[in-house]
Amino acid sequence: MATTTMTMAKALNEGLRRAMEKNKKVLIMGEDVGKLGGVFRITDGLQKDFGEDRVIDSPLAESAIVGTAVGLAIRGYRTVCEIQFDGFVYPAFDQIVSQVAKLHKRSDGVYTMSLVIRIPFQGGIGAIEHHSESPEAYFAATAGLRVVSCSTPNDAYWMIQQSIEHDDPIIFCEPKSRYWEKGEVDTENPPAGLFDAAVRREGTDVTVIGYGASIKTIMRAADTAAVEGTSLEVVDARSLAPLDLDTMATSLKKTGRLVVVQEAPHMASIGSEMVAELSERCFYSLRAPGVRVSGYHVPYPPTRLEEDYRPTVDRILDAVDRVMEFES
Amino acid sequence: MIGEELVQLLTPEGERVSNPEYESTLSGEEIFGLYRDMVIIRRLCNESTSLQRQGQLALWAPVQGQEASQIGAGRALAPMDFTFPTYREHGIAWCRGVPPEDMLRLFRATSNGGWDPQKYRHSVPTIVLGNQVLNAVGYAMGVQRDGAEEAVMTFFGDGASSQGDVLEAFVWASSFNTPVVFFCQNNQWGISTPMSIQSKIPLYHRAQGFGFPGIRVDGNDVLAVYEVTKRALESARVGGGPTLIEAYTYRLGAHTTSDDPTRYRIDAEVEVWKHRDPIERVKSLLVREYHVKSPKFDDVRDEAEQMALKLREAVLAMDRPDPITMFDHAYAAPHPLVEEGRREMVELGVSGGPH
Repeated sequence: MATTTMTMAKALNEGLRRAMEKNKKVLIMGEDVGKLGGVFRITDGLQKDFGEDRVIDSPLAESAIVGTAVGLAIRGYRTVCEIQFDGFVYPAFDQIVSQVAKLHKRSDGVYTMSLVIRIPFQGGIGAIEHHSESPEAYFAATAGLRVVSCSTPNDAYWMIQQSIEHDDPIIFCEPKSRYWEKGEVDTENPPAGLFDAAVRREGTDVTVIGYGASIKTIMRAADTAAVEGTSLEVVDARSLAPLDLDTMATSLKKTGRLVVVQEAPHMASIGSEMVAELSERCFYSLRAPGVRVSGYHVPYPPTRLEEDYRPTVDRILDAVDRVMEFES
Repeated sequence: MIGEELVQLLTPEGERVSNPEYESTLSGEEIFGLYRDMVIIRRLCNESTSLQRQGQLALWAPVQGQEASQIGAGRALAPMDFTFPTYREHGIAWCRGVPPEDMLRLFRATSNGGWDPQKYRHSVPTIVLGNQVLNAVGYAMGVQRDGAEEAVMTFFGDGASSQGDVLEAFVWASSFNTPVVFFCQNNQWGISTPMSIQSKIPLYHRAQGFGFPGIRVDGNDVLAVYEVTKRALESARVGGGPTLIEAYTYRLGAHTTSDDPTRYRIDAEVEVWKHRDPIERVKSLLVREYHVKSPKFDDVRDEAEQMALKLREAVLAMDRPDPITMFDHAYAAPHPLVEEGRREMVELGVSGGPH
């Protein structure tokens, strides 16, 4: 097993590099992705090695980044679009919903919408407004799209390659606050399929499901809970649309208690969908109603306040206590 | 009103106009071919309007008045070129070889597309206007990377010219010098919105601000549209970059069969434009210069009638698809929610089963 330690940013960079080496039709397009290597340096050095025709520094217009990637897909290319920050994806929303999601269907399967839209999402970096949002539910709710999120360097390395190789359009959500954290990357064997959830920690009392940046917070909560005598099973959803409900239900049938964690507000969210689906599937195994730990229903606050907005270890543990209290 | 910069090779009376930049390269036989195309498209349009009025189509988007714009542009294309239409490009679809009944699947509401876009090199209809213009520029970026000598042409109107996507497409095409022709049919009305609200300057002037040539052509003059488009496509194929063509024309009919243009425009204006009819002026030329006689025109009329009859039969035979087909091609790869829906539909007995 060839494992290397690297940051998530480097793992994404290596994954992109490998995809570009494997397939000449793979392109990268976005603002500042070339010489600068992207504002987060995810595409660092790729333009130098693959040329300006394959790593395209684009004008500043998100609808065009996605809209031209659609045309490139029709021509047989696989474009990885970089949206600089979550809050800047909305100008492209029309192209994503009206064309990216629907052209395969509208062409009776003739067009393959083989493109990946990378979005650095969630908060935790102390940025100014529009740089810390969690827009994943908008895309998950749109038929024709798939949405995934990585939480470790190993997943980042493999999931970006699997997304590029996939024939459906993928919204690829990267937890920007974890870009600089290191982890082991196995460059030979993929950890799982692109749409598989992963059990990050086994436990017996409560199933806690999250994704992206929340996974690390949940793992900390699990450490603390263990000290207090409560055993948490941590499931990383990885794929937000579709959801790997089988893996989640297997865990929930064992524990009987569910907490879901996300930075997005819970109204019409990924977490709400998990609770609804899993309640239906695991009704007779449930010992407590599923509880959501989410961002509050307010615009993302000034980031001096963001740690009171994003789910914290304390808020997760509080939710764990609430589901445990049902056991009397 | 139209301005001296309009490229015109044929007056509304069918008399030739000399132009320092452009001259018609078409033979009498070829001009007759364009006449035939336009007559057939007008007949197709009338038949489709009737079908809608009789409850056989959900909607129809008429093209009367714009036949010269579409046939001139459509016939200037080379087989390997690729086109990105709106929902009103029936003349372009005809030139690309799309069977008329396939054009009506969208309006019969049995399909959201209707034809194989790769087979005809004519993309499926875009209803969210402006989107297709960016898609065309992206396709043209692919052509560039393939090193192919192909052009891409995309269609939009004066209404969509205000869309951000169209203006972003201008930026992209200019910055990357993509082989794309922007063909804008300025038919003067975006449903009820007059041209004066879309732009304070002639639309073709916008190209200059983006750094590529713009040209205004008499959109009711099929000879001029053909030559102007042909040159723009040739330039695109050999690295000359984008061109904006503003085909100055008029929508003689309603925006769609759901529209009532009498609420927003006066009959006198429509009358002026009827005098500029694109089909009559070519017919005048064919009679005067090429001595085409009635029987030949009658043959075209009969051919158009036959096409309309066949079209009607085909449309009436277009049944409601099996509901299970809604699950086909929603995704390229299997998807659990799609499978769940398909299963439920079969269990409910709504469908005969998977196709």
